[in-house]
Amino acid sequence: MTEPSISPRQEETLTHLVLRRFFKHRLAAIALVVLGLMVLAALAASLGRYSPTDQNPANQFEPPNLQHWFGTDELGRDVFTRILYGGRISLEVGLLSTLLTIIGGVLVGAASGYYRGWLDNVLMRITDAFLTFPTIFVLIILGSMLRDQPVPWLKNSVLIVIVIIAGLSWMWPARLVRSLFLALRERDFVDASRALGTSDVVIIFRHILPNCIGPIIVSGTLQMAAAIITESGLSYLGFGVQPPTASWGSILSTAQTHVFVAPWLAVFPGMMIFITVMAINYIGDGLRDAFDPYVVYAGTKK
Amino acid sequence: MTRYIIRRILQAIPILLILSALLFFMVRAAPGGPLAAAERNPNVTQEQIALLKKKLGLDKPLPVQYLRWMGGIFQGDLGQSIKFNRPVSEMIAERIPNTLLLVGVAFLITLLVALPVGILSARRPYSIFDYIATTLTFIGQSLPVYWLGLALILVFYVALNNPVTGAPLFPSGGMYSVGKEGNLPNLIWHLVLPVTALSAEWTAWYSRFLRSSMLDVMHEDYVRTARAKGLTERVVYYKHALRNAILPLVTLIALDLPSLFAGALFVETIFSWPGMGRLFWDAARGRDYPVLMGVVMINSVLIIAANIVADLLYGMLDPRVKYD
Repeated sequence: MTEPSISPRQEETLTHLVLRRFFKHRLAAIALVVLGLMVLAALAASLGRYSPTDQNPANQFEPPNLQHWFGTDELGRDVFTRILYGGRISLEVGLLSTLLTIIGGVLVGAASGYYRGWLDNVLMRITDAFLTFPTIFVLIILGSMLRDQPVPWLKNSVLIVIVIIAGLSWMWPARLVRSLFLALRERDFVDASRALGTSDVVIIFRHILPNCIGPIIVSGTLQMAAAIITESGLSYLGFGVQPPTASWGSILSTAQTHVFVAPWLAVFPGMMIFITVMAINYIGDGLRDAFDPYVVYAGTKK
Repeated sequence: MTRYIIRRILQAIPILLILSALLFFMVRAAPGGPLAAAERNPNVTQEQIALLKKKLGLDKPLPVQYLRWMGGIFQGDLGQSIKFNRPVSEMIAERIPNTLLLVGVAFLITLLVALPVGILSARRPYSIFDYIATTLTFIGQSLPVYWLGLALILVFYVALNNPVTGAPLFPSGGMYSVGKEGNLPNLIWHLVLPVTALSAEWTAWYSRFLRSSMLDVMHEDYVRTARAKGLTERVVYYKHALRNAILPLVTLIALDLPSLFAGALFVETIFSWPGMGRLFWDAARGRDYPVLMGVVMINSVLIIAANIVADLLYGMLDPRVKYD
């Protein structure tokens, strides 16, 4: 085995090192470009020729062609445009629910691991209780109840989907962060800060937390992939984002009814979910390698 | 050991109580409620609604209703379905064997594929086999089960036909063809697509997990010791390393079991498989809340039981683990 490629340049920052190592992972770099294009396309959706909601019954079920790249659906709407708009929703749900999940998980995990004792006990029992919730079943019940609400902003809101996904996922990062904090709180630099009279909040967020950033980001990518699959699944079953708002899952859901007449309707939204999730998984893989100083690359192996 | 099991079961009770209370009050707090459809129907009089309420116990205060429901659960009574006017426990009991069959077969197939793939990938890391396996596992992890199910129907039911009879290669749903109920080959024929859809993702996760677990273990001291003793690589690999590498997989699988049932929910919906998941989906669409809550409670009990079993298995496989 050759020497691990730890940088000889002393001034290199961690960010720099991680980025350099990340781009060595070729598939991860490609995945990042793919995901970037996906986000750009979703953002640029309104520049297209078609509206996602304009119906044109004369053009019903047109197979993919030059005018309509992904064909048209049962109401004559352009599927390509709808998928771009759906991408906004799906990516938004993935990103925001992941952020919420990580924030919740870090708060619970840090408090638990740093203070230990009764607080740790209480928080971990709550975490255990949430882990026994059959997530998708509870999500469906919540979704079906919220559909019945008389309050309009509750009814059709993407926000609700984001909050309930995060509300049933924060336990995983919480456990991870707790175990990291349990180890890190015993280190000398924590004792030193405490001896200097640094407040707990500063020790937790400024001194310990930055040391956990690698594993947290990696678990964040896993969470984001899972959130996108969950949102699409929920919408696919009819309990997530409600029509006429398009998300990849809700497009797939309407496609299912017409799958024998117009199979392309089912192919494209699923393809988008698949490509996005795969890209995120590869990025996660690349980040894991980039943050781990002991990893040996295929190319540098003996 | 027995004391440990009893303690774990006792610990599970408060969790189930919290879950049930949360579910119950959340569902009942929602406006509309189970009789919304009847209340909107102009042909149903106020008296009839009051009668219905009385019959279903909906006229009592919420906490009383909760206590009655909870009390019923301890006697195996999960309440009455609003839509079908049948005991929920009976409806679920009818469906559970079908779900267990689907999940059980999928689980078996998953292990039969994932274990050899994981072991062989780790045996020769970065070989061609490993590259192909790794790529396939990435694909498997990223395929949403509902889309895979649809794609399987498109390919094996719509596109491909039996060259002799012209019939579809595999059925698009159900458990048996009409008139062939109870016929085993017919059941297996109906199982192929749902099981494939359900096991793809898990096969990917477990083979990948086992590969990295194997690679970790191969760096351990006792592997070096075994090699130094002059044991053949085969014995070192399959006897010393594999046993230790499989340990964390057991815990992972038990913790993952709930997701297998969640996957079954999608598969049952797509393939009209008459299991618990399909029952749940139908109940959610018809807002049949007693059925919904019953299925969730049963699933939570299954999850807790699976966790306890995993801990016990772990102790049996690893003599270092002691129960206190």
